[in-house]
Amino acid sequence: MNNKNLYLPEMATIQEVIEETHNIITFRVTLNNQEAMKNFSFQPGNVGQLSAFGIGESTFVINSPPSRMEYLQFSVMRSGEVTSNLHTLKAGDQIGVRAPLGNHFPYEDMKGKDIVFVGGGIGMAPLRTLLLFMLDNRSDYGKITLLYGARSPLDMAFNYELQDWLDRDDLDTYLTIDAEFEGWKHNVGLIPNVLLDIAPSAENSVAITCGPPIMIKFTLQALEKLGFKDEQIVTTLEKRMKCGVGICGRCNIGSSYVCKDGPVYTGAQLKELPNEL
Amino acid sequence: MALVKYLKSTDLKSWLAELAQENRVFAPRYEGEAVIFAPFDPEQEIFIKYAATAPPKKTVFPQSERLVDFMYSKDPEDLSRIKIEAQEVLPQGTAVVFGGRPCDVRGFTMFDRVYMAEEATDIYYKARRDNTSFITLACDATENTCFCHWVNSSPSDPTGSDVLAIPVEGGFLLKAVSDRGETLLTSQLLSAGENRVEEGERVCKEVADSLSQAPDLANSPKKLLEVFDNIEFWQDVSAKCLSCGTCTYLCPTCYCFNITDETQGMKGSRIRSWDNCMSALFTMEASGHNPRPTKAHRLKNRVGHKFSYYPDLHDGVISCCGCGRCIKSCPAGVDIREIVLKAIAFEPTVVEG
Repeated sequence: MNNKNLYLPEMATIQEVIEETHNIITFRVTLNNQEAMKNFSFQPGNVGQLSAFGIGESTFVINSPPSRMEYLQFSVMRSGEVTSNLHTLKAGDQIGVRAPLGNHFPYEDMKGKDIVFVGGGIGMAPLRTLLLFMLDNRSDYGKITLLYGARSPLDMAFNYELQDWLDRDDLDTYLTIDAEFEGWKHNVGLIPNVLLDIAPSAENSVAITCGPPIMIKFTLQALEKLGFKDEQIVTTLEKRMKCGVGICGRCNIGSSYVCKDGPVYTGAQLKELPNEL
Repeated sequence: MALVKYLKSTDLKSWLAELAQENRVFAPRYEGEAVIFAPFDPEQEIFIKYAATAPPKKTVFPQSERLVDFMYSKDPEDLSRIKIEAQEVLPQGTAVVFGGRPCDVRGFTMFDRVYMAEEATDIYYKARRDNTSFITLACDATENTCFCHWVNSSPSDPTGSDVLAIPVEGGFLLKAVSDRGETLLTSQLLSAGENRVEEGERVCKEVADSLSQAPDLANSPKKLLEVFDNIEFWQDVSAKCLSCGTCTYLCPTCYCFNITDETQGMKGSRIRSWDNCMSALFTMEASGHNPRPTKAHRLKNRVGHKFSYYPDLHDGVISCCGCGRCIKSCPAGVDIREIVLKAIAFEPTVVEG
């Protein structure tokens, strides 16, 4: 039993704020306690709670990889009270961080396999962590394919690195938007349809997908058509959370607590859980 | 043999007053129309005729408590910069709770598995739990809402207690059931209890014998999962539910909480409060999506958690202590016993042809 206070956030400083889209910003933060920052360790897929003191906390994935520890990166889509408040913060401001929380992507099991990332909207955030982690350990993995879709180019986060991803020889990047847009040179069409067009092989592959529930639903169907089995599919879930450590009791699906047993689940694990997404 | 003592009923208040010299002492008393656990006050009558309206849950898990205080200060060089300091607020002092029933006190053992788990211990809960002693009153009668014997307990179950007080002629037989319990039984007001042990055993046996046969709930975890997707089942059993949450607030094992921030000027606190899974807001996400959109879904989770998910995670232990408060105080007459039995008995209709 350890005596760490589960609810006391580490104070951190926002080093940089990146305006991703009209409703998504990205924070790059460092813990104020240099020792804590130096010793901070996490796994791709772990999440954290960000505090807007006086308003509350919300859960976000750490979307920078553990192989790049100059800062911890979190992307925040404005949707409720806490996120609206977080959107008012600037570089130099203080923020509370409770991290790492939750489980992580089974990246060890993915070694030697071909990897297919399918991200929709802000769902690209958790995939970014794992993608960059794999690129930083490139020889451990086979062919890596990324399909990233958003409603329009204006809704696409991580714009500043997309060109690099497109240019890389060791990564097949496909971008798609829902409808034609002036100047757009990439795919147009819904993510599951574009995925079927790209038709990545299921053999010795793992697909990792995250995005809005409706996109996940149809992406899972598309993956199934492509021959991906439940255990070859990995996704991350979202729930309303408070404590982040499996105590407060609201994020459970049956006996699985998304905050601590998740947020990463394989397709096979999801089928074992009661149907309450 | 464990330490046993005898306390005359007429000395109860004096004994609690002694204990109150070094501890915060809680005892059940009337407040308005309800019997609740309140700080001991020698001027007020202790009410122990039957179980209190609300269990002593708040003595270890307050209805609301400050977790973290934070202070803002402006940077004199740049007034737009705000410095924030956050500080934990840990509970202090020791407490003794007199008059909880075996069901009430055993309820904390269900908290313990969640709040004092090896991988993540809630130090606020632990501080109070470690520093609170329970002098538990064995039941000499039961009500028709009582069902502790359904969930592997009994009206004289000492689980989680430090002292078990058994009502005997003219007073109480006090049995130490923990080391801490022995240290509570040193008062000069207490006399030898050995000659009353037999009487105490008889009282406990009479009550136990008066209980009806308990149904076998061993299948409840599996059967509740089997009816998970049967929304009609849950609509039917939740039809009367008003979503008021009385069941959750009065439940000795309901441990869910919310965390909210409050600020005043340049100071604020992060506060934990009891939450209520029967409320639509409990799982409502910022996007507007709600995984438990109706009271049928929510009642399913409440019953499922206690009789299926929790046992699944905790060695088959049902997270219900059988106190029956949710039945007794439900304004609409929802009976959790009926729901569990109905789920256990449920057989899907086979459509012929």
